[in-house]
Amino acid sequence: MTTIVERHKTLEKSVTLLGLCALVTVAIGGIVEIAPLFWIDNTIEKVKGVRPYTPLEQAGRDIYVREGCYTCHSQMIRPFRDEVERYGHYSLAAESMFDHPFQWGSKRTGPDLARVGGRYSDSWHVQHLTNPQGVVPESVMPRYGFLAQNDLSVPDVAANLTALRRVGVPYTDQDVKMAMADLKAQADPEQDAGDLAARYPKAQIRDYDGDPKRLTEMDALVAYLQVLGTMVDVNGAAAQEELASEKGR
Amino acid sequence: MSEKHPKGRLDEATQTETVGHEWDGIEELNTPLPRWWLWTFYACIAFSLVYCVAYPAWPMLTRATEGTLGWSSRGDLDKDLKATATARAHTVAALADMPIEQLPAHPELMRAAVAGGAAAFRINCVQCHGAGAAGSKGFPNLNDDDWLWGGDLKTIETTLIHGIRQPGDEATRQSIMPNFGADGLLTPEQIADVTSYVLTLSGKEKRSAASQRGTQLFADNCAVCHGPAGKGSRQFGAPDLTDAIWLDGAAREDVIAQINRPHMGVMPAWGTRLDPVTIKMLAAYVHSLGGGEKFAALPDGQAPKEAEAR
Repeated sequence: MTTIVERHKTLEKSVTLLGLCALVTVAIGGIVEIAPLFWIDNTIEKVKGVRPYTPLEQAGRDIYVREGCYTCHSQMIRPFRDEVERYGHYSLAAESMFDHPFQWGSKRTGPDLARVGGRYSDSWHVQHLTNPQGVVPESVMPRYGFLAQNDLSVPDVAANLTALRRVGVPYTDQDVKMAMADLKAQADPEQDAGDLAARYPKAQIRDYDGDPKRLTEMDALVAYLQVLGTMVDVNGAAAQEELASEKGR
Repeated sequence: MSEKHPKGRLDEATQTETVGHEWDGIEELNTPLPRWWLWTFYACIAFSLVYCVAYPAWPMLTRATEGTLGWSSRGDLDKDLKATATARAHTVAALADMPIEQLPAHPELMRAAVAGGAAAFRINCVQCHGAGAAGSKGFPNLNDDDWLWGGDLKTIETTLIHGIRQPGDEATRQSIMPNFGADGLLTPEQIADVTSYVLTLSGKEKRSAASQRGTQLFADNCAVCHGPAGKGSRQFGAPDLTDAIWLDGAAREDVIAQINRPHMGVMPAWGTRLDPVTIKMLAAYVHSLGGGEKFAALPDGQAPKEAEAR
């Protein structure tokens, strides 16, 4: 006389059945939560201005990842008043659509960096990376002054862009062809940057590390930091209205 | 506890039903879940059903269900920000209409501006100027009365709006000190001499043969911006060399380094990042820190306390 509340015993006594049912249950959860992201249109809202990183910014991004900056810094401003007032407009999914891998994170020993671009001067970044406590006494950030000593070495810039293109970053053939030249030109205002600024709108072309004679890892990292969160004009009144009125998020 | 025990028997020690099987004399007690736990579990299931209907939940073909309440995290934030804005509207409107020159004549508004400025300072300015606005090497101390570009409300506001040496801003504070050493304008010996002279201005070094030689060099190369007496010039943001405040270090080697290849500070143009009222409030706050010029300073005790650790 097995009652309905005792049926589970059948399941618990058969490893195969238990395993199968667990798989089905987890699969349903996964399908409902993950799969729609690939077909629902409003997963990534369409916004103007997002472009692939320039080769120099991308090199800086690689240094950012190499040095593990993401272990202390997130790059995702959540839609709460305290975050928006401190860091700026909340992050949009589209802003990291060309990030491979994305740097959202949830661990904030240091501040969020999603909109750090343009917030400080290049020389501040250099000084801060060289000796964080010199400008922010209470900081626990390690020193990264060695970046200014290391010449930037990217063995094959074009190959990097090609790899990114394969995973969906829309670099053009011209971008790939000019990759090495772009990398050098962006940090050297003396050089002819060609159509760099046309292919990468809002690209900032200047010497970043205070030493125009050399192209260092510091140049690349600061170039990356200075572009973060600056591509999309999210603060326009129209943009705000539209984002706030959108349902289902 | 149920008296029925269809398969098991009652355990003697605990009077709990067993599940009815045994392994080498070991039996399992069929202890039911606590009722409160079970009911909480059922309540959670019921809640999730209500939640799925009321809030955005189920992914459909083009978008997720919107929920009957029409809630969205962004809309929520928007409401939150608007509520804050409404609460501040009166003060903000008053500040927006008032030219900053007249601010000192309205102590109530001035107090509000200083308080708002303190909050904005903590978010936007502390990274360079420090939590107490005391600056550090290369970043000016805002508590003192030694101003590079001027310290009255209007001037501070202008500096805030256009920044200092901000690329791309036509009206930014702009000046360049030549690389006297790095570009070979002066020889190392000449730099040593002029450094000696500069250090005599503030009494850090005694007059010497070197400082005598430096006098003429200073007049020829430096006086045009720093003034014949080394008192500085706010037109060029040229620091006063006769006082005890040294932006880039007061040691002899610091001064030599500065003449050799000057460090020239850059401040962002906040006019493109902050609204005019926030900038006005920041100007009022910086002005209130102790070195504000020209306009009457706030009465004692009204300057906000130093920013606490974030």
